[in-house]
Amino acid sequence: MLPGVPESVLIANRGEIARRIARTARRLGIRVIAVYSEADAELPFVAEADQAVLIGPAPPSLSYLNAEAILAAAARTGARAIHPGYGFLAENAEFARRVIDAGLTWVGPPPDAIAQMGDKISARNLMAAAGVPVADGSSEPVADAEAAVAVAARIGYPVMIKAAAGGGGIGMSVAEDADRLRTGFETARSRAERFFGSPAILLERFIARARHVEVQILGLADGTVIALGERDCSVQRRHQKVAEETPSPGVGPDLRERMLAAAVTAGQAVGYLGAGTVECLVDTQTGEFVFLEMNTRLQVEHPVTEMVTGIDLVEQQLRIADGADCGSGVRSVSPNGHAVELRVYAEDPVRFLPSPGVITQWREPAGVGVRVDAGYAAGNTVTPHYDPLLAKLIVHGADREQALDRAREALGSFQVTGPKTNLPFHAELLISAEFVSGDYDTSVVNRLRP
Amino acid sequence: MVEIRAEMVANVWKIVVAEGDAVGDGDTLVILESMKMEIPVLAEVAGLLIRLAVAEGDVIQEGDLIAVIE
Repeated sequence: MLPGVPESVLIANRGEIARRIARTARRLGIRVIAVYSEADAELPFVAEADQAVLIGPAPPSLSYLNAEAILAAAARTGARAIHPGYGFLAENAEFARRVIDAGLTWVGPPPDAIAQMGDKISARNLMAAAGVPVADGSSEPVADAEAAVAVAARIGYPVMIKAAAGGGGIGMSVAEDADRLRTGFETARSRAERFFGSPAILLERFIARARHVEVQILGLADGTVIALGERDCSVQRRHQKVAEETPSPGVGPDLRERMLAAAVTAGQAVGYLGAGTVECLVDTQTGEFVFLEMNTRLQVEHPVTEMVTGIDLVEQQLRIADGADCGSGVRSVSPNGHAVELRVYAEDPVRFLPSPGVITQWREPAGVGVRVDAGYAAGNTVTPHYDPLLAKLIVHGADREQALDRAREALGSFQVTGPKTNLPFHAELLISAEFVSGDYDTSVVNRLRP
Repeated sequence: MVEIRAEMVANVWKIVVAEGDAVGDGDTLVILESMKMEIPVLAEVAGLLIRLAVAEGDVIQEGDLIAVIE
């Protein structure tokens, strides 16, 4: 084990991200402890860990969201640190506090920073106060449908309806007029209650033609915050990302400079520590950007940043959590080339409906600039209990053209049989005129699937 | 008589209708949940719902019977 990292880490997650975190931990000589649900017992992340603890039945509320069971597993295995991955408990400030109170190292930002950014309304207000641009919208929770109509009258239609405690695109919808806002508001409320345990809703002005661009930040142990470039995440279905790339083809040097500076300001405003992501919308009509939300954790698409910077973000998370200096290489990094990530989902490639099932064949591509972060192997069963992400195909090239060429080739030799996957969709995306031109926005998938 | 069957493995999240209800073509009968997504199951014809074969919380397999409309 190297100095400046914890002796052992319990990974409170599953699938591809549990495996990806374990890979870096092992390289650093850190003992890896996996936790898993009954549904995941056969997955690679369990077999590859130094120790694995069964924490409960398949439903997330009884396993990966079960703080009690996870803390008990940490105590039993003598884990020194907990890495939450993304999703599940990663942005649960209360869980982070409990980890710290148990005397363990929390591989994430301070719980207060999680709490401040976790509520989208407080995050908006905080960012506006720090001088970061935000979209017109509500500065307090919208009480009911009629209050929503009143807010919309002020900010103008169309409006975006969002769960204040939400994330992952769940519970978001667009309303073009007051009638649709009334029905959309009730649906959003019940979903917010169900998925996030809070019915609080906010409204924001909807930007019709926008790119979703986010900035990777790193809050260092000495208190400085640095920005490691942007990622374009505009290829989305149901407000969820499908493909990402860096640098963004829609961001020029001037806009990039302003966005990166705003992201650093955002991180400083909450005393950020570790890896975080400041998500923004870029209005393709005006070229201006607004703050959307901050994800106080490792992002699914973090590998594209790693591919162009050469920085292992999980290693940085572990070092920063242990209070270690990151070294001057991280502070002075300049990105090199272009990287694309394609998310391989267990879903049909036309309507994008979930398709669980048994994987009978699994063949990953390999080659120059090709990286695969996978959570499954042949013989595994994809269950309906968790999100449909099977793997991520990440490809690097000297420039965008080479990255896309390599991605097309790699995709051609990625073979999964059993569950339906969206691999055929990615093949279409990579030859579609709109995506190839680089001049696309968040509706690109809708235009490919009218 | 039309049988409505499951298109995929899923959890039954919500039952919207009851046996004996008159349903219209396209009405939502039940809402399934799979992979963090809600999937409404719709009536393929108008008629009388003579059988509801699932309950909230059930795990159903592809091809399982959900409802029968007459």
